[in-house]
Amino acid sequence: MEKSIEVHNLTVSYHSKPVLWDVDFSLPTGKIVGIVGPNGSGKTTMLKTIMGLMKPDSGYTEIFGQPLDKVRERVSYVPQRESVDWDFPADVMDVVLMGRYRKNNLFRRISKEDKRIATEALEKVNLLEFAHRQISQLSGGQQQRVFIARSLAQQADIYLMDEPFVGVDAATEDAILQLLREMKNQGKTVVIVHHDLQTANEYFDHIVLLNTRLVAAGPKEEVFTKELLQEAYGGRLTVLSKLGDLISTEEFPLREPEFKENKPEK
Amino acid sequence: MDPIFLKVLIGTTLLASSAAVVGAFSYLKGQSLVGDAIAHALLPGVVLAFLLGDGRNPIFLIVGALISGLIAHYGIGYIQSRTKLKSDTAVSLVLSTFFGFGIMLMSLIQRSGQGQQAGLERYLLGKAAAITMDDVYVFSALAVLLMVGVGLFYKGFQLMTFNEDFASAIGLPVPLIRFTFTVLTVLAITIGIQTVGVVLMAALLITPSAAARAWTKSLPTMLLLAAVFAASSAITGTYISSAIPKMPTGPWVVLVLALFGFGSLIFAPEKGWLAKRRRALANQKKTVQENVLKLLYQQEERSEVSVVLSTENMLSIRAMQPEKLRNALRDLKRRLLVVEHGSGYALTELGRSEGRRVVRLHRLWELYLTERLGMAADHIHPGAETMEHVITPEIEELLVKELGNPELDPHQSPIPYEEA
Repeated sequence: MEKSIEVHNLTVSYHSKPVLWDVDFSLPTGKIVGIVGPNGSGKTTMLKTIMGLMKPDSGYTEIFGQPLDKVRERVSYVPQRESVDWDFPADVMDVVLMGRYRKNNLFRRISKEDKRIATEALEKVNLLEFAHRQISQLSGGQQQRVFIARSLAQQADIYLMDEPFVGVDAATEDAILQLLREMKNQGKTVVIVHHDLQTANEYFDHIVLLNTRLVAAGPKEEVFTKELLQEAYGGRLTVLSKLGDLISTEEFPLREPEFKENKPEK
Repeated sequence: MDPIFLKVLIGTTLLASSAAVVGAFSYLKGQSLVGDAIAHALLPGVVLAFLLGDGRNPIFLIVGALISGLIAHYGIGYIQSRTKLKSDTAVSLVLSTFFGFGIMLMSLIQRSGQGQQAGLERYLLGKAAAITMDDVYVFSALAVLLMVGVGLFYKGFQLMTFNEDFASAIGLPVPLIRFTFTVLTVLAITIGIQTVGVVLMAALLITPSAAARAWTKSLPTMLLLAAVFAASSAITGTYISSAIPKMPTGPWVVLVLALFGFGSLIFAPEKGWLAKRRRALANQKKTVQENVLKLLYQQEERSEVSVVLSTENMLSIRAMQPEKLRNALRDLKRRLLVVEHGSGYALTELGRSEGRRVVRLHRLWELYLTERLGMAADHIHPGAETMEHVITPEIEELLVKELGNPELDPHQSPIPYEEA
């Protein structure tokens, strides 16, 4: 089966402290994948690095076997709902239309086709009647659905979503889940950052268990075992976090500059 | 019309409105102070351009200011990314260093006795009256450039301000968008400080947007309104300063702008102080009216026949301000919720239903407090007294559903539903 995402020996740091340490896995296509781990385990960093929003100290990520820039229009990203200011002067339609922005239409007006696609996306998340509602007046669940509609409007093949179930009501949670399953049935890949173990087993087909280092990645039956969960949630490895502190405070580089580990040329 | 006056009028209006449109994005990004910092940081560039070249050439000065402003802007960004300093610290660090350096250069010129130094002072406090015809041409060109720039980059600026990570994720050239925005901001400030000066420049960038935001929830409308507010302030300020001898233009422009700002905070619909006050008053009235209906309903509930109560009766049952009670009864009569019977008042069928609703909400909320929040039955009454006026039909429905269509409240009083 074709790989949707490949993460190769990835190390990423924040303020020169490693948040992801030599993480290496690949994901199948056409599945709902959960990136699961405790708070501060590097889940969001993982997503941001795949989306090119954070630069890795070493290693690389690939989507459909290619660097992100080659396949950008096939990838959609849903940031955490709380990462934006919902008091921004915009209505629901304005935000969903942002999903139609592209590098090559940046200076062009929004087309009728864009509006049609955005309307369809709104319909799918059941927010059509709110199209001209101010985003500041939406509930948390509605805001999350606006973000998902924006993502649908991108018409991508892979969807990366950061905590889409946080702060939403039960009805929205069901609606989102149903939507994700529909997307899967159409052959799309959905990767979701999720921190709630209770629901993870029910939601996902494939799980990446993360706690700064990779604990396990694979079909949920293989990963969702008591031993592995305990390993992921049983606190950080003392040696790793001690080394991380040392690297950060003593200004060591994470990789020696002479050491090159690039992707082998094909 | 006096040609000098006209020159000043055109110059200030153009730069005020174009600065307002660019400043809107800084305002929305919550970076109001960055404009202030850049305005201060332009000074060394301006003075150096003055020292190195022809001090009267506006283009030369603008280039100097642009370079200085860009260095300051990227300096702030660099400090933020490389240290753990908070952003306001980085901003003030750059602001004071650049401004101090600029002032030092200025005093050097002064000591060397170059006569031109008089022309430099206008950058500190602004001197609109000194605008030359050359300046007007340059300002017009820049103002057009700014408007066109914002128009062209509208989508980019909008997304950069709302959700920069998403802009990067979909592959928009975010560094280019940011660079363009910075250049436009620095240009706006460069022409702005010639009228109002370094110190007042932040007002020209931010106040129009703050005022406009209070009136609208749409970004294009907000940009337009900000430009209109800024232009009106510029025109009014210029008139005032020309009507009164020896009055500076810049401070007047900024003062009029402040009037727009405060006026908007007071008068704007929804968010304005007056609108809030009006809502609070309306809710106070609603509360008293609902309390009267509740009182009448509860008396009926107790005696099981319809009752007529005088205002004195009501006051003896529930403490209320007599004045407010009389007003409430007058309003209730007008809304056909009560009728007058001799010297007393009785519920109409409509009023009875309203009174029943208030009592129902009160008892539902008491039940919710004991069942869901685990509160003791003798602690729940005060909260319910408030909530009975707040709960909307939507929330009522949720309450009924969540409590499973309850029959009795925690005090064993029946919860009165509307008969089907």
